[in-house]
Amino acid sequence: MAKGKIPPEFLVERDDYKCVRCLACVRLCSYGANYYDENAKRVYTENRKCVGCHFCEAMCPTEAITVMRNPFEIKPLAHWTSEHLIDIMKQAETGGVLLTSMGNDRPYFSYFDRIVLNASQVTNPSIDPLREPMEVRTYLGRKQMKLDLEEDEEGRVLLKTEIAPQLKLEVPVMFSAMSYGSISLNAMLSLAEAAKTVGTYFNTGEGGLPKELKRYGSNMIVQVASGRFGVNVDYLNAGSAVEIKIGQGAKPGIGGHLPGEKVTEAISETRMIPVGTDALSPAPHHDIYSIEDLRQLIYAIKEATRYEKPVGVKIAAVHNVAPIAAGMVRAGADYIVIDGIRGGTGAAPKVTRDHVGIPIEFAVAVVDQRLREEGIRHMASVVVAGGIRNSADVIKAIALGADAVYIGTAALVALGCHLCQRCYLGKCNWGIATQDPKLTKRLNPEIGARRLVNLLRAWEHEIKEILGGMGINAIESLRGNRDMLRGVGLHEYELKLLGIKPAGEAW
Amino acid sequence: MIGVRKILIREEYCMGCKLCEINCVAAQVGTENLIKIFRYVPELPEPKVIVEEHDYITFALQCRNCYDASCLKACMTGAMHRDPRTGAITVNEEKCVGCWMCVMVCPFGVVKRNVKKKKVASKCDLCAERGSPACVEGCPNEALVLIEVRE
Amino acid sequence: MRYVIVGSGPAGLSAIEAIREVDGEGEVILITAEKFVGYSKPLITYLLGGKVTKENMYYRTEERLREINVEVRSATKVEKVLVDERAVVTHTGEKVVFDKLLLAVGGRPFVPKIEGLDQKEGIFTFTTWEDEERIEEYVKRRGITKAVVLGGGLIGLKTAEALMDLGVKVTIVEVADRILPVTFDKKASEMIERALETLGCEVITNDTVVEVRGRKAISSVVLKSGKEIPTGLLVIAIGVRPNVEFLKGSGIEVNRGILVNERMETNVEGIYAAGDCAEFYDLVDGQRKVIAIWPVAVAQGRVAGYNMAGRNVRYPGSIPMNSVEIAGVPTVSVGHSNVEGEEYEIFTYEDGRTYKKVVIKDNKLVGAIFVNDIDRAGIYTGLILQKLDASSFKEKLLAEDFGLVYLPREFRKKMLEGEMRIWLE
Ligand SMILES: Cc1cc2nc3c(=O)[nH]c(=O)nc-3n(C[C@H](O)[C@H](O)[C@H](O)COP(=O)(O)OP(=O)(O)OC[C@H]3O[C@@H](n4cnc5c(N)ncnc54)[C@H](O)[C@@H]3O)c2cc1C
Ligand code: SF4
Ligand code: SF4
Repeated sequence: MAKGKIPPEFLVERDDYKCVRCLACVRLCSYGANYYDENAKRVYTENRKCVGCHFCEAMCPTEAITVMRNPFEIKPLAHWTSEHLIDIMKQAETGGVLLTSMGNDRPYFSYFDRIVLNASQVTNPSIDPLREPMEVRTYLGRKQMKLDLEEDEEGRVLLKTEIAPQLKLEVPVMFSAMSYGSISLNAMLSLAEAAKTVGTYFNTGEGGLPKELKRYGSNMIVQVASGRFGVNVDYLNAGSAVEIKIGQGAKPGIGGHLPGEKVTEAISETRMIPVGTDALSPAPHHDIYSIEDLRQLIYAIKEATRYEKPVGVKIAAVHNVAPIAAGMVRAGADYIVIDGIRGGTGAAPKVTRDHVGIPIEFAVAVVDQRLREEGIRHMASVVVAGGIRNSADVIKAIALGADAVYIGTAALVALGCHLCQRCYLGKCNWGIATQDPKLTKRLNPEIGARRLVNLLRAWEHEIKEILGGMGINAIESLRGNRDMLRGVGLHEYELKLLGIKPAGEAW
Repeated sequence: MIGVRKILIREEYCMGCKLCEINCVAAQVGTENLIKIFRYVPELPEPKVIVEEHDYITFALQCRNCYDASCLKACMTGAMHRDPRTGAITVNEEKCVGCWMCVMVCPFGVVKRNVKKKKVASKCDLCAERGSPACVEGCPNEALVLIEVRE
Repeated sequence: MRYVIVGSGPAGLSAIEAIREVDGEGEVILITAEKFVGYSKPLITYLLGGKVTKENMYYRTEERLREINVEVRSATKVEKVLVDERAVVTHTGEKVVFDKLLLAVGGRPFVPKIEGLDQKEGIFTFTTWEDEERIEEYVKRRGITKAVVLGGGLIGLKTAEALMDLGVKVTIVEVADRILPVTFDKKASEMIERALETLGCEVITNDTVVEVRGRKAISSVVLKSGKEIPTGLLVIAIGVRPNVEFLKGSGIEVNRGILVNERMETNVEGIYAAGDCAEFYDLVDGQRKVIAIWPVAVAQGRVAGYNMAGRNVRYPGSIPMNSVEIAGVPTVSVGHSNVEGEEYEIFTYEDGRTYKKVVIKDNKLVGAIFVNDIDRAGIYTGLILQKLDASSFKEKLLAEDFGLVYLPREFRKKMLEGEMRIWLE
């Protein structure tokens, strides 16, 4: 057959009247999409090379550029969308697995958008967060069922019960694991600095700990994944908590692969592997085939950290999530992380990302329910991740049973990410998902941190507003408080799983 | 001790977009509307900031307005002088004879010649008239920052 | 505290400014033989050529000096320094006592013995405004159309250009095999010579004036080669010597110039010297030298001034450098650029219009020459002064885009964060 070209995904329109030939767009595009024609004295774009990151559009001083989706559509077919056609064309061409990045972008799992919140009217007063104290601080870690107190000779009341180590969060939002290698050091520095300023945590991810981040230990969670990159006793003790990563919402059941070309000097040092070798994270931890094995690893880590740091376990939300979570808690996890099907990634096969796993809304609801039923909810905190976009999502997740949330994509968007989903190419124009020194310098961590702090503070304000409206003055009173939620347009079985009533139904 | 305004150059954040250069040109022309300038100003002035680049290292460089300025020491006409108001070093074109002593000694290599006039091209004065330097304001990544130092 | 400054050149004036930066109170007396105070010597050729106005001759003004409370005694010559009495004696016999003294007396033109030189009109040296007035007056009054400039150094060349601007036809006579033999190399000299010729200037090398002819006024000169050149004017510009004769027997140590240490102080405590009259170390080769150029005079003057006023500032040494534009060809020569020998690594670039050369010794840049493309020459000057190890970038020195970007990161960072200071504290 005659092979045609795959149509470009984006069209870069340039208003030639507005273009002042500053050539910033030409200089800056890491994909080389824009070029200057000396003879015509005009700037053009090779649309095919554009990934839709909008960097040139954002930098153009005269707003001469508009990046838009190519309206290419054979016919308006509901089942055979142009995306499906293009995917088939690509695979017919290459014979390969389609790679992608960031989270699942399918429309069909957005349950957060079908849940609405409650507010006080007449029968119970709402609270004005500007006038009255409002607590959004929360602690992650194992809690006691009861506290024993005693009195000393002078009549002072002392706490007798030993309190397990806790993470103190000034806002119930943390930055999720994004490894050095998948994102740039400047991106990590932005997250770390913001976490420190706000009083929350960022997570090293599975790529080890770059030395530049060591000083952020009191706002850092270190991760131990199946590749065990950069893990030694110093690493385990470098942060405030240790997180064992079993799975990730974007790619449940599969491992990771950082190609050798990306293992630069600096990456090799932090990952503790030779320069230029592939960094392979096996699909399973080869020493964990059961809950008992997991318990061994948890306790090995607790020993190594002298029981001073909470140890968490992170899994992808899959069909059996509730019993697995209960097992994790019983195995000794101080907090568990459930990453839903919309969780982000630096690189994943498209088919896995888009079709494996379950929505986080169900996962958190059933996990919380199960742990309560087993009477072990207090033994571990529940952190929810995967597609949290705004403060409303945070509130809904907490009301469904979470203690706190992790944000990944939202944080990257604050850093400039436009969700072009090309992290896996390592050429991120925004300096986030790249190790190219030409590109990483585009992310100034001072600006990055400032923006992340702004984001968290804005959410904090909004959360307080909503809590006040509900007549609640502490975030911890919202946890699992599903009475504050109502479903709209949901089936009965969905409502049942979520543990919420339909909109319109009273207490 | 005097408080001197300085542009801090942070090469680690310079993207090499050269927007500082066009913002400088615009500030010199006196309007911020780049499109108008590009379309209707026949002869555009040279930017007073230059972007040096090699491989991934890029940075914008303009007169450092040195405290111990070599150009001041070398200028034998008194044309190069420190503006008492802004602390910036500026050139009095009327006095300049184009001996290029300043070009010879500026360790940053930022004194530019106006070959036609045979005088030093008017140099960066930290946008004294404008208030804050156009290159700093226009830098999308804060690779140029205005600071005040005590000397 | 009473500071006495002798000499109103750049060394003396910058010393005064430095003193006033530190000490607003002390008494400052400026004694100078000069009638005009605060004018720029290098501008006299521009004045002669009509390229600068009289008002613009001043780079500092007497009013400004008064404003900062300086007592100015112009047209006053110091004839003696009485070290024990801590006083200077002026030509009127007046004694002026000092606590701190700066000798910034500069140099005076060297005049060789030439047959028939004495007592003739139309023969000048050219280093002061008064010289300029005399030459201008003579050229105009006599309607001079032809002149000979003896000496193809910087001042000779500038004088020649100025005379040509006045419509005088000029012949330059230089004893060496080329003009600018000290500061420039052969190639650069050649290029400048070409440029001079385009202006209609005749350049005679390997020759010198041995006799001056004429009755009351000069009418011709005879060269060593036997050639006779008719001329109405002879300007002798074969160099300056430090003004040190009046220090004979004073106890102040003098070699070619007044010997100073790195604080610009002489062997006599409290007595300093700076500028064209001072002899200090060459930063590159460590030899004691008089480097008679403007930027050195200013820098040394400031160091002397600070130290006199009680700060402790050290001067690391000077390098020769010069910049001239002749016939529209700008040139710069810095450091030891006209050298030969195995110890030197030399890179050059030539394309007919431009010529660039860098000289490296022990992996350090020690000299550079630029003809036509001089725009970033200062970077090289800075590198020579900083004695930066050039091994990592020497191959790049002549690249078209050479700049700070090729310097070692740490060095550049420091430079960009601060600036480059010439003296150390
Ligand atoms: C024509 C010309 C062109 C030049 N061009 C350049 C150039 O392009 N670049 C460059 O770097 N340099 C140039 N120079 C050299 C430069 O002018 C000198 O290096 C500089 O002037 C030296 O400064 P100074 O203060 O040491 O001495 P001077 O400027 O010579 O000042 C000495 C002062 O001392 C006074 N004085 C001397 N003896 C006595 C005494 N006994 N009592 C009282 N006062 C006394 C003199 O009247 C004078 O005021 C040029 C010089 C000349 C003449
Ligand atoms: S021109 Fe050069 S020497 Fe002068 S102040 Fe600016 S940077 Fe410093
Ligand atoms: S070229 Fe002009 S500004 Fe520069 S030193 Fe000469 S006179 Fe001064």
